[in-house]
Amino acid sequence: MQRDFEKDKKNMVVVEGSYAVASAVKSCRPNVISAYPITPQTHIVEDLSQFMADGAIPNCEYINVESEFSALSALVGSSAAGARSYSATTSQGLELMHEVLFNVSGMRLPVVMTVVNRAVSAPINIWNDHQDSISQRDTGWIQLYAEDTQEISDMTAQAFKIAEDPEILLPVMTCMDGFILSHVYEPVVLLEDDIVAEYLPPFEPEFKLDPKNPKTFGAFADPNSYTEFRYLQQQAMDKALKKIEDAAAEFYDLFGRHYGGLIDTYETDDADIILMAMGSIVGTIKDAIDKLRAKGVKVGLLKVRSFRPFPVEAIRNVVKDAKVVVALDKNISIGLNEGALFTETKASLYNTKIDVPVIGFMIGHGGRDIPTGTIENIIDEAKKVIDSGITVESQFTDLKEELL
Amino acid sequence: MKEIRIHGRGGQGSVTAAELLAVAAFADGKFSQAFPAFGVERRGAPVQAFTRISEDPIRLRAQVYEPDYVIVQDPTLLEVVSIASGAKDDGLILINSDFDPEHFDLDTNAKIMTVNATKIALDIIGRPIVNTVLLGAFAGASGLIDPASIKEAVMERFPGKVGEKNAEAIQKAYDMMMEA
Repeated sequence: MQRDFEKDKKNMVVVEGSYAVASAVKSCRPNVISAYPITPQTHIVEDLSQFMADGAIPNCEYINVESEFSALSALVGSSAAGARSYSATTSQGLELMHEVLFNVSGMRLPVVMTVVNRAVSAPINIWNDHQDSISQRDTGWIQLYAEDTQEISDMTAQAFKIAEDPEILLPVMTCMDGFILSHVYEPVVLLEDDIVAEYLPPFEPEFKLDPKNPKTFGAFADPNSYTEFRYLQQQAMDKALKKIEDAAAEFYDLFGRHYGGLIDTYETDDADIILMAMGSIVGTIKDAIDKLRAKGVKVGLLKVRSFRPFPVEAIRNVVKDAKVVVALDKNISIGLNEGALFTETKASLYNTKIDVPVIGFMIGHGGRDIPTGTIENIIDEAKKVIDSGITVESQFTDLKEELL
Repeated sequence: MKEIRIHGRGGQGSVTAAELLAVAAFADGKFSQAFPAFGVERRGAPVQAFTRISEDPIRLRAQVYEPDYVIVQDPTLLEVVSIASGAKDDGLILINSDFDPEHFDLDTNAKIMTVNATKIALDIIGRPIVNTVLLGAFAGASGLIDPASIKEAVMERFPGKVGEKNAEAIQKAYDMMMEA
């Protein structure tokens, strides 16, 4: 299931990444969009606001709120009332939502939110990394990461489908790299309303707030039952593993585009070295792999598309025969000196018969650019691990010693 | 793949120029990608924007370090920015200036060309906005892109009289470079 760019070309237009996402949201027929439209925000909600003004999104309420906390709180109410609900945020905005994120997932509300990944303050930095969304790892949201604007656009429809499935009912964050994808102009096929209508059925939840049939969401759960709520959320995440694959496969059947389900692979079949990464860095890595493959280096890529649920089995299957695995992280758990993908990949391989060394590189923090040469240097380090074992398990990439 | 770096000052439309170039290149049947050098934009501050043009889909997400083409909107930038940095030996640097190329002593093997885009803009558009004019000149100087595609992209972005005047200026700049 590879993408056929030449076939898509006749339907493509060159637009900004944020616009492609806004257009995809429009095609998904949301009923409520909330937004706090000042920094940090993106053009996504601005473009949606324009669509609303043009009357292009029927049966939808666009709510301007006074903070990101309110933006998500508004969607708690709307989603519980049975409305398909959407917002977009980034960086500090997402951090301010932290408390509400738990409420959305705990009430099993299938909200979809695009997270435009940016670094968090302090120091002030508006550029891309993944610290904002990775810091929300345990809030009970499904997290999907996209490699280009076509994928983040298409992922929007997939996200609603996954979230609203009666067996899942979990909120989904679709994550796109700030500036690198949100502000890039590149050719993209905008989602077509009629095919989306076929792909994504109307949102008709079994349980919703209704004055004629009163219910309570998110009410009191004492020690007698709280554990079971958490257990059921985990059960839903487990079921989402298959649903994410199914949503990608079904999307492929209708739209002809596929980016992997939980993961995707590139040149991994005979690879000694397997790089693991999420987001737009994946494209640069593919270019580096082509260059090194031409020189006979057996290197491949495991793209992690779903970070929550974490695709443990899928990762094991891909890396089991490799000689070294390298996890690249645009985030850090300060105090562990590791990025989350690295930590979790190691954990996925422990207590198994798979015996492959794993090393980690923290990279691209606060928008530091990642040229192909940086990827090639990392692959050189991986080769050394094959020859002489691990010397440094996890490290910062391109650290400027002169600034320390 | 061809890589283009555009230097300008905040407010001169460098990012818009990069985007229009990507739109025009795609209309020519190529794949394209345009993005700014992600700064905190301030009017008058040096800014950069990039465009990639390729026969194949573009996956690379890094900034442009070794451009095939450099477009400079404002020659005063030469005092503060190393505009020739990384330019390929067989590359081309196009500067908005009324000086001849020999006037510019840059540390590069790339070919230097100049066009008085400011004059063209003032004569035809009536304002010293040179970004679209330079795209016309770039089409002529590089042969990389069809000037008709650039005019179409500009008129779609700026419909009506503004777009028409820009298109006229683009053609003028293109013709001048073809005659040069």
